[in-house]
Amino acid sequence: MDVLTPHTLDEALRLMSHHPDAWPIQGGTDVMVSLNFDQGRPAVLLNLNEVAELRGWSRENGALRLGSGLTYAEIEHGELKDVLPALAEASRTVGSPQIRNRGTIGGNLGTSSPAGDALPPLLVEGAEVECASVRGLRRIPLGDFVTGVKRNALEEDELITAVWLTPSNAPQTFMKIGPRNAMVIAVVSLAVSAGDELRASFGSASPRPVLVTAPRDEAASFPERVAAAASPIDDVRGTERYRRHALHVLTARALKRVLA
Amino acid sequence: MRISLTINGEQHQADCWEGESLLFALREKLGFPGSKNACEQGECGSCSVLLDGTLVCACLVLAVQADGHDVTTVEGLADGDTLHVVQQAFVDAGAVQCGFCTPGLVVATADLLKRVPSPTDDEIREALSGNLCRCTGYAKIFDAVRLAASLS
Repeated sequence: MDVLTPHTLDEALRLMSHHPDAWPIQGGTDVMVSLNFDQGRPAVLLNLNEVAELRGWSRENGALRLGSGLTYAEIEHGELKDVLPALAEASRTVGSPQIRNRGTIGGNLGTSSPAGDALPPLLVEGAEVECASVRGLRRIPLGDFVTGVKRNALEEDELITAVWLTPSNAPQTFMKIGPRNAMVIAVVSLAVSAGDELRASFGSASPRPVLVTAPRDEAASFPERVAAAASPIDDVRGTERYRRHALHVLTARALKRVLA
Repeated sequence: MRISLTINGEQHQADCWEGESLLFALREKLGFPGSKNACEQGECGSCSVLLDGTLVCACLVLAVQADGHDVTTVEGLADGDTLHVVQQAFVDAGAVQCGFCTPGLVVATADLLKRVPSPTDDEIREALSGNLCRCTGYAKIFDAVRLAASLS
């Protein structure tokens, strides 16, 4: 095994093109678990910690560019919590302070788990994923980026470099069910916003992120619509039936909050 | 691969296998066994250290990622034979049972009190949510955090 530590994005992309089977590692909260438990042995680890271009976030012509190395802690504590309140609420539910200090939205996207807490609030806000390689940049709508359970549209020489979105400034919220308020993988999660239309997306209830929309005057039937759009499974954390029921209840609660 | 890092204010070097964690390097290569190895997946917090001043699980940091960086372990908190106020508070409050979670909790508490000198119970609960005590001695641990806050 080899660890390569680029110091610029250009260098990182060059290394990725030479080592397309490399595992990128940023916060390590997923990759290190695989290494510690011997679930994978990549020939090359690409350590992205020293690439400044991937850090932080910026405003560009009304849009936001969230660097893939943006941590949950930075979303939770900084100015972003007022701009992207549902994403900030989701970030607060991730793991523990230790995890939120290291884990990044780029990692959440790269892992592409149905339980990824950042995915529902980002999808509700219409986020696009910026992927880069030596061949150039492209942006993929988040709903198309995730192609299945832990699978995504990233080409083998590409890195996730950023997430782009234009904040809706709509009332929005995030909810998550688990046995504790910390250190849980969502049994089910939900992001809802109420701008020009009602928008919802859920976690741990479908293989890919799903966006559910409805006109504002159809709030009464929205919980049913959200629950019906899910395709949950029975697993160690919950049953299909419970998840669908929970989505119905959570959507009704979320609507009360965002329509108040 | 050789890494060079600052631990508790002193420069250290170690030869690491590329896939090993900072926790493994600290305990097995660098002579800092204070951080404990338990879950190896960021669930228990017993390996909590400060990386460049930020609270992290050392088991989830690749040792090579710490190359050129600054690490504070539980061994770096005391001043010679004088315990850190958090360590002394854990002793005085009886917050140590088997002791396995204690180093991580002490580091996490020191980090909390540096940021929030007088935390509410909810803030304590939140800050320590990533540190598990298998003896379930949380009531005394809370007493220790409140005691340390009152003394610092």
